[in-house]
Amino acid sequence: MKIYEFQAYQIFIKNGIPSPWGKVAKTKEEVRKIAAKLGKPVVVKAQVQVGGRGKSGGIKIASTPEEAYEVAKSILNSKLKGTLVKKVFVQEFVSIKEEYYLGVTIDRSQKRVVIMISPFGGVDIEELVKTNPEKIYKFYVHPLLGFKSYQANKLASVITKEKNIVQGIARILSIIYRIFEEMDCSLIEINPLVVTKEGSLFALDAKIIFDDNALSRHPEISRLRDVEAEDYLEVRAKEAGISYVKIQGNIGCIVNGAGLAMATMDLIKHYRGKPANFLDVGGGANSQRVSTALDINFSDKQVKAVLVNIFGGITRCDIVAEGLFQALSKIEKKLPLVVRLSGTNEEEGRNKLKEITGILLADTMDEAARKVTEVVKN
Amino acid sequence: MSILVNSNTRLLVQGITGKEGSFHTRQMLDYGTKIIAGVTPGKGGQKIEGIPVYNTVQEAVLNMGINTSIIFVPARFAIKAIYEATDAGIKLIVCITEGIPVLDMVKAYYYLKMKGSVLIGPNCAGVISPGKAKVGIMPGYIHKEGNVGIISRSGTLTYEVVYNLTKKGFGQSTCVSIGGDPIIGSSFVNILELFEGDSQTKAIVLIGEIGGADEEEAAKFIHLKMKKPVITLIVGKTAPPEKRMGHAGAIISGRTGTAQEKIKIFQNFSIPVAENPIQVVDLVSKVLDEKE
Repeated sequence: MKIYEFQAYQIFIKNGIPSPWGKVAKTKEEVRKIAAKLGKPVVVKAQVQVGGRGKSGGIKIASTPEEAYEVAKSILNSKLKGTLVKKVFVQEFVSIKEEYYLGVTIDRSQKRVVIMISPFGGVDIEELVKTNPEKIYKFYVHPLLGFKSYQANKLASVITKEKNIVQGIARILSIIYRIFEEMDCSLIEINPLVVTKEGSLFALDAKIIFDDNALSRHPEISRLRDVEAEDYLEVRAKEAGISYVKIQGNIGCIVNGAGLAMATMDLIKHYRGKPANFLDVGGGANSQRVSTALDINFSDKQVKAVLVNIFGGITRCDIVAEGLFQALSKIEKKLPLVVRLSGTNEEEGRNKLKEITGILLADTMDEAARKVTEVVKN
Repeated sequence: MSILVNSNTRLLVQGITGKEGSFHTRQMLDYGTKIIAGVTPGKGGQKIEGIPVYNTVQEAVLNMGINTSIIFVPARFAIKAIYEATDAGIKLIVCITEGIPVLDMVKAYYYLKMKGSVLIGPNCAGVISPGKAKVGIMPGYIHKEGNVGIISRSGTLTYEVVYNLTKKGFGQSTCVSIGGDPIIGSSFVNILELFEGDSQTKAIVLIGEIGGADEEEAAKFIHLKMKKPVITLIVGKTAPPEKRMGHAGAIISGRTGTAQEKIKIFQNFSIPVAENPIQVVDLVSKVLDEKE
């Protein structure tokens, strides 16, 4: 689960990570007030849950409250990488001498938590990965030992020789590792961590992603979710136990299992069609879930036809057919539907579907993908 | 032969009294798997489908001689079930449960290695050696005994491939669903190694997907260490770019984990990549013909 920068900032502040004072705002008037109250130059930052906002004009500096107002006017309610900006974070401006990168995440191949640090932080960190990967230092945490302060000191001293800065960075590293463990994160990133001209250390950005699998043991984190930031169809799907991600295309999909869903999308593309979504109804899908999945597809105005590809294992084909039957009897405006059912109780499922007019049946997923792309073309 | 599970498998079902546990106990028994005992804390003394239920894994192991466990315990308790099975000395643990916190798995992975137990999963469909034993949730009837080994991160996509192979007369030695979570007990490489040493297996199908770098390691392993032919299928070419994890993901591996990137790695080593699940059959047929 992703959260906004200002939420991550609040977690940082609570845990003692030095960050310039800041406050979140929803309107340009609020931004002016915050800047006036502070009486110093500010940075106005768009609060969106997508990366690369600095390069897309989502971060601007303002030296007066009036300027802050104008800057906020240009950022608020604008679209940044397709996302509507509803909030900005107004933070005290600091002058930068050095920019570092700090990150904690899980390395899937090493099966360990990895702590990363680089003396070359800032917007071009990913470029650095390609050109000078040796400039990013990694430390793998022993699963039973954890991350000790002497290790933090050693790691921090790799990027700078200044003693008090080393100490400061080591302290921050220890804190972010503790937050990572205690709050079950999958990522914490500070990019950049800066040394100001006055010689102070500040986290100028705050990024935290939480492990969805662990949310059930952290109710306080679940409350940070901004349902409004998510596509409402995605929220609806999630509530029904369906994995759904909308993309640009016009062929809706309903599939059981993530791997099969991706294979289905690939096959649609192979026949020069454009899948409109990734939709996995999950294992043991019941007729209610199938019905919701159909409804989600029909609610998406871009969808011109729907492909249902079910391989019944634990999921029974007759139950899926029942769900389709129920959903279709309630919906007035129908879209072309191509259905492929294989596996457990496929005969019963197919017979049920024969009762419904307008459904195209297919024996294999290849045939189904071919049929649905033809339907859309015509 | 076959790998991991066979007619000598003596299975324990952890979470046997639950909805999933009891349903699949029936299914596995019907397939012919030797289920020896079940465990649900506090429910010892009952019988489920005629199988005795114990309170602890230790009790079941001491009384019944068990060498494999399958876990259907709910996510909140699943990690404890893995530790309990490991501590009772069970050498093969298959965890079906989905939704185990990743940091819990980081610790468990280390512990399992230390104790010398093999974990398949979590969040997987399990393992089946057709005609011998089914330790998982896959529909048994789509399989057929034969000489193709299958390794996959997915569930239903594996069924799709198996179904197509069986229809065309290509049976399977063992099908292993390793699971889709970030941290899993056994990687592609671990299972490839087992297949390479298995006399029944003549060809292997590896089914991968976007995310992580396991496929890349598998490609290197196949190139350097394997004599048996391997066919691959990588899905997710059209998938939405993986929800970006800041910069950290790219920094660790230096790669983005896209399907295209993975396909290219296999192709660079001249390992055949199927375009779709149907084409897997043609490629398998081709490599088996060449061998004969």
